Amino acid sequence: MTATSADSKRVGGVERPPRLRPRRSYFGWIGILPFLLFSTAFLLGPAAILFFRSFQSNEGGFTLANYQQLTDPQVLQSYGLSLRISFVTALVGGVFGFLLAWAVIFGGLPRFFRSLLTTFSGVASNFAGVPLAAAFIFTLGRIGLVTALFGFFGLELYDTDFSLYNFWGLTVVYMFFQFPLMVLTITPALEGLKREWREASENLGASSWEYWRYIALPVLMPSVLGTIILLFGNAFGAHATAYALTGGTLRLATILIGAQISGDVLQNQGLGYAVAMGMVVIMGLSIAVYTVLQRRAERWLG
Amino acid sequence: MTVTAPPVVLEAPSAHPDSEIKAGQGSKIFAWLIIVAGILYFFTPLVATGERAFRAIGGVFSFEAFRRILTDPGFVDTFGASVINAVLTIVVSLLVIVPTAYWVTLKVPKLRSVIEFITLLPFVIPAVVLVFGLIRMYSRPPLAILSSRESTRVVLICAYAALSFPYMYRSVDNGLRSINVRTLTEAAQSLGASWPTILWRVIFPNLRVALLSGALLTFAIVIGELTVALYLGQQTFGPYMANLVRNFVAEPAALTILSFGLTWGAMGLISYLTRRKPGRRRLRRQAVGAR
Repeated sequence: MTATSADSKRVGGVERPPRLRPRRSYFGWIGILPFLLFSTAFLLGPAAILFFRSFQSNEGGFTLANYQQLTDPQVLQSYGLSLRISFVTALVGGVFGFLLAWAVIFGGLPRFFRSLLTTFSGVASNFAGVPLAAAFIFTLGRIGLVTALFGFFGLELYDTDFSLYNFWGLTVVYMFFQFPLMVLTITPALEGLKREWREASENLGASSWEYWRYIALPVLMPSVLGTIILLFGNAFGAHATAYALTGGTLRLATILIGAQISGDVLQNQGLGYAVAMGMVVIMGLSIAVYTVLQRRAERWLG
Repeated sequence: MTVTAPPVVLEAPSAHPDSEIKAGQGSKIFAWLIIVAGILYFFTPLVATGERAFRAIGGVFSFEAFRRILTDPGFVDTFGASVINAVLTIVVSLLVIVPTAYWVTLKVPKLRSVIEFITLLPFVIPAVVLVFGLIRMYSRPPLAILSSRESTRVVLICAYAALSFPYMYRSVDNGLRSINVRTLTEAAQSLGASWPTILWRVIFPNLRVALLSGALLTFAIVIGELTVALYLGQQTFGPYMANLVRNFVAEPAALTILSFGLTWGAMGLISYLTRRKPGRRRLRRQAVGAR
C-alpha cells in the first residue's frame, strides 16, 4: 500500500512541491512511529516514570517533599563528591587533552604521533568500566606495580592521603577516559584554525604567543568550554568504573542511585526518584550548554 | 572592450611542507614533554596489567592466567551470553534506526531534529538512572515483564539498543547524507522494487561502512557493560568480571588484557573502515553508558 501511494505521488519521476499537499502533514509521523514507540518503551518511558514518581508521596498524592529532602546529608554528600570529581577531572582532563591535541598538531612532533593519538584516544575513551578499574588496581592499588615502585623509592603511597579507592584515586582513573574524549572533540576545532589567521597576525607583527592569546584561543574558547562541560557530564553520569573499583563504598550520586535500586538505602522511595531526576537535570543542563557553545564555535570553525 | 587584468600568480602558501609548523624550540620541548606524559599515563596501567596477566605463577612468563580464564565455565557462559546480547542489540538497533533515518531523510527532513533530540537522550539519562526507571516501569502489572529471566533479557537488549542510539543514528545519518538516497530509491522503484527490497538491497549495501562502525562500537560497549546488566540481575560478562576483580589477581588481569584487545580491535576496524573518506563529517566514536 505504501508503495502504490508513493508511486502515485511521484508520477513520471516529477516531484511536486510539498506545498501542494498540505494534508500530508501528519503522514511523516507514521514512518517514525516504530522509533517513537521503541524510545518511549525503553528511554522516555522509564525517565518519565521516575519523573512522575518523584512528585508522588508514599500515599500517592502530589508532593514536593521528595525534592525538599534532597538536602538530606547523605544525598548532599554524594552529590558533592560527584560534582567535585566531575569538575576536577573535566578541568584537568580538558586542559591536558587540549595540550596533547595541540602538541601533535602544532608542536612540531613527527606526524606519526597524530594518528597514534587519535587511535589511542578512540580506544581509551571507550575503555571504561570494569576493565579500566581492574587495570588501575594492578597499577595503583595496594599491591599495584606503581605503588610498589614508589615503595621501592621509599614513598609508601598508602601512608599518604592517596588511595585508589577515594576521591584522588577515582580522579586518576577517570582521567583515562576524560582526556581522550577532549582530544577527540577538540582536534577538529584545532584543525579548523585557518592558516590565514596565523599568517595575517604574523604579517601584523604578532608573536606566536600573541597569536594564541588574541586570535586562536578566543576562537577556540567556545569549543574548549563546551567540551569541558561535556567531560563534566561524562564523569557525572559514570557508574560502572566507580562501582567496579570500590564495590559501592565510595558514595557518588550514581552509586547512591544504584544502592537505592538494590535496597532502599534512603529509606524513602520518593527521595530516590528525586535524586535520579536531579542527575538528569544536571546532565541535561551540561548537554544543553555544550550544544549551545558548539553552535557558537561553528561560527568560526564550521 | 574589457581590459582583463593579468592573472596574479600568488605563491602557494604550502610551497614548503613545513611552513605550517613553526614551533619554536621551546614549544617543541614542551610538546615532547606533554606527549611523553600522555604516553606514560596511557601505557603504565596496561604494562602493570600485562605484568600481572603474564606472570601468573611464580613470576615466570606464561599464558597460564589466560588458559585458566578461557577454560573457566563462568567465563565461557557469561562471555557467550554477552556476545549474543551484543549481536542482538546491534540487530535491534539497526532495525529501529535504519528505516527511521531513511524515512526521515527521504520524506520528512523536518522531523530530523526530533529524532536527533531523542537519540541524544542517553547522554542526559545516565545508565544507572535508565535501569532504575526500567525496573520501576516493568516490575509491576500491567507491564511485569521483569518477572522471568528470559523476558528481562529482552529488556536488557532493548535498553542497550536505546543506549546505542546516539552513535548509531549519527553513523547512519552521516552515511545517508553521503549517498543520493532519493535518486537510488526512485531508480529502485522504477525497476519495481518493494520497500523491503529497496532497504535491504539498495540502501543497506550503500551504508555498509556506516552500519559496520556503529555495530562495532555497540559491540565494544555491550560486551563488558556492567551497570544495566547488574541491576537487571543478568549473568553477563560485566558483572562476572566485576566479581572476579575483587577476588583474584591474575585472572582479572588476563580478562582486562582481553577486553582491551577487543576494544582496540573494534576501534581499529572502525578507523580502517572509515579511513578512505577524508571529507566526511566526523563520526562520534565515543560511546555512552559504559562508564
